Amino acid sequence: MSPVVAGVLQLLALIAALALVHRPLGDYMARVYSSDKHWRVEKWIYRGIGADPDTEMRWPAYLRGVLAFSAAGVLFLYLLQRIQGSLPGSLGFVSIDPDQAFNTAASFVSNTNWQSYYGEQAMGHVVQTAGLAVQNFVSAAVGIAVAVALVRGFAFSRARGSAGAGRTPKRTGGLGNFWSDMVRGVTRILLPGAVIAAIVLVACGVIQNFSGIHEVGQFFNGHSMGGSQQWNGGAVASQEAIKELGTNGGGYFNANSAHPFENPTPFTNLFEIFLLLVIPFSLTRTFGVMVGSVRQGYAILATMATIWVAFVALMMWTEFAHHGPAFDIAGGAMEGKETRFGVGSSSIFAVSTTLTSTGAVDSFHSSFTGLGGGITMLGMMLGEIAPGGTGSGLYGMLIMAVIAVFIAGLMVGRTPEYLGKKIGTREIKLAACYILITPALVLVFTAFAMALPTPAHSMTNSGAHGFGEILYAYTSAANNNGSAFAGLNADTQWFNTTLGIAMLLGRFLPMVFVLALAGSLAEQTPVPTTAGTLRTEKPLFTGLLVGAILIITGLTYFPALALGPLAEGLAG
Amino acid sequence: MNNSLVKTARLLSAGLRALLVLTLVTGVVYPLVVTGVAQALFNDEANGSEIRADGKVVGSSLIGQSYNLPLKKGEETPEPDLKWFQGRPQNGLGVNSVNTRYKLILSGATNRSGDNAELIKWVKEAKAAVVKDNSVAGYTVEPSDVPADAVTSSGSGLDPDISPEYADLQVHRVAEKNGLPLDQVEKLVGEHSEGRTLGFMGEPRVNVLELNIALKELVAKS
Repeated sequence: MSPVVAGVLQLLALIAALALVHRPLGDYMARVYSSDKHWRVEKWIYRGIGADPDTEMRWPAYLRGVLAFSAAGVLFLYLLQRIQGSLPGSLGFVSIDPDQAFNTAASFVSNTNWQSYYGEQAMGHVVQTAGLAVQNFVSAAVGIAVAVALVRGFAFSRARGSAGAGRTPKRTGGLGNFWSDMVRGVTRILLPGAVIAAIVLVACGVIQNFSGIHEVGQFFNGHSMGGSQQWNGGAVASQEAIKELGTNGGGYFNANSAHPFENPTPFTNLFEIFLLLVIPFSLTRTFGVMVGSVRQGYAILATMATIWVAFVALMMWTEFAHHGPAFDIAGGAMEGKETRFGVGSSSIFAVSTTLTSTGAVDSFHSSFTGLGGGITMLGMMLGEIAPGGTGSGLYGMLIMAVIAVFIAGLMVGRTPEYLGKKIGTREIKLAACYILITPALVLVFTAFAMALPTPAHSMTNSGAHGFGEILYAYTSAANNNGSAFAGLNADTQWFNTTLGIAMLLGRFLPMVFVLALAGSLAEQTPVPTTAGTLRTEKPLFTGLLVGAILIITGLTYFPALALGPLAEGLAG
Repeated sequence: MNNSLVKTARLLSAGLRALLVLTLVTGVVYPLVVTGVAQALFNDEANGSEIRADGKVVGSSLIGQSYNLPLKKGEETPEPDLKWFQGRPQNGLGVNSVNTRYKLILSGATNRSGDNAELIKWVKEAKAAVVKDNSVAGYTVEPSDVPADAVTSSGSGLDPDISPEYADLQVHRVAEKNGLPLDQVEKLVGEHSEGRTLGFMGEPRVNVLELNIALKELVAKS
């Protein structure tokens, strides 16, 4: 069997597995966010928080919850790293410097998981498990909560309560309760999923121990048989599971999911890709159920799946063709790729991690072909919506849907509607603000980094690829991805600070607009469907949506891409 | 003003309490439970899939090692010990820059792009070396026979595997250096070649450490 056929079969297997769990998981998540009942353990948690989980929040209150919880997260994680040197269980690692501690705290709370540190030689057990891994759970839960709030904005209405969303709003304009949504995301979705996934991973060879740094025998040390090497033990499987499931992506080790202790076999590789895609894809079903029309969910799913499959196909094409001087001499694009995964499986991982907000890598994007590197960047520039991060993918895609119905409305001269809600001036302003934030962050910061004398010293490669390293860094940060053209030495005060700011603004400003939009939708009375209504559950709309996404992203980023990956990929 | 300050403080403290409670659940209970289950059910895997030879631990079946001669004076990188099957180049392995008191095995990729002059040089040199080292009396390696994995560094730098093509290419050399019959070494490689999982996942591969352990046993027997 040729590697290309094997690659395609792996893609098909992945699609089959995702299709199999789509309905049950999507329906289950809809029940999680619609149920009025609290689990006993959740009641204890609410008592610990001191919050009433049944209070209906309007959008400003919901947003305040998101921001307060996340601010506490940044503060806690920052302090934990700053005092690491005095904590027990830190393997003797020193405290992290202020700029890097800020960067890492911003990174993990914003679900980015950009890492300017070397996992195995900087972070001890306490910071990894009680700091970083915790944010892997809660930042993902916050993302889903915000997405669910937006879905409720569409589903709830002033006149007759909820359409199909179960839990009826107790006051006009209510979006649910942030504490309840966030806690349930952890207790009912992420935690059970992570436990199962972690055990599967351990069974396949991912390590899970608290051995710390210990000596292990070696086969041959140069002079004689025997000798020893130093291994880093740790709670890797438990962190790996939620790292993928919560679309986080921050590796325990420097090599991330290329490290054999994080990703030991071809099966774990596909399993990890499955984990990082499963919640974002299934949330479209949750959305369909909650707005009372599963076909609306399928239209969104079809949009995401079309882009994802097309990107995987393009990636496999360029990586198998291995255009580029070094790869031509080598006879294949295996630089930065593991033998056990090969080109096919690595291509699927690279596309899936950049089209979600994961940013984990099983092969190093900087050593992909020029066009392959461009595909990873373009994936992030789409706003990570195909299928996107846990929650953030769904709300990002719904914003694009709002834009698409607006464009369609302009064509026929009708006030656009989506899911029975009028898309008026206020709504379209909020959606426009949403889609402007990340490009502004990416392009402005990249321009400054290129204009200033020192940031360019961090580049490993020169020319178009060197520019690509910096463009990639800000694209990754502002879109909360976390992967990198890792030749860039990002552990400088400039990069730690500016990337940290880009991650926080790229995460929380869009959330402000999403929740404001949700609030404004929730206060509307739905308009009845008429012959003139754009049927947003039809393939025509999926086509329109794919087109709108590609055109908007293309117009925004084409000049920057032309200077970087396009120039590199098209060079003779 | 005062009122809103109080409100903000109250909200932040609710956020902090939520974080602490969830830290207890997801940052303490969860990893401990998973560790307990892992150590009980999958003790070997959870501790790094250690591999033994002659009763001694000689590494992990998951982590690649190097098989080099001692570093000579004036050399930057040691020469490979051609008695053993060689793994992939490891040009991207990290350096111990943060915690120099440890001699940790570190992971990392080169992150060089396809048009990077250094990478082009490395690949060319590696290819020339593979051709030279493996061409022995009666067997000449052509540059076009050298597979890509033989001349490129992996993502982790710790790749435990090589492609079966690269292993086959080393058979003549290894047989000659160890004074073994060719067919015996060929058989050894055949026994240690692993196909795709379920026929389609990943790529075919040979675990270099396991192969070298078997080679050592073969040498000891003959």
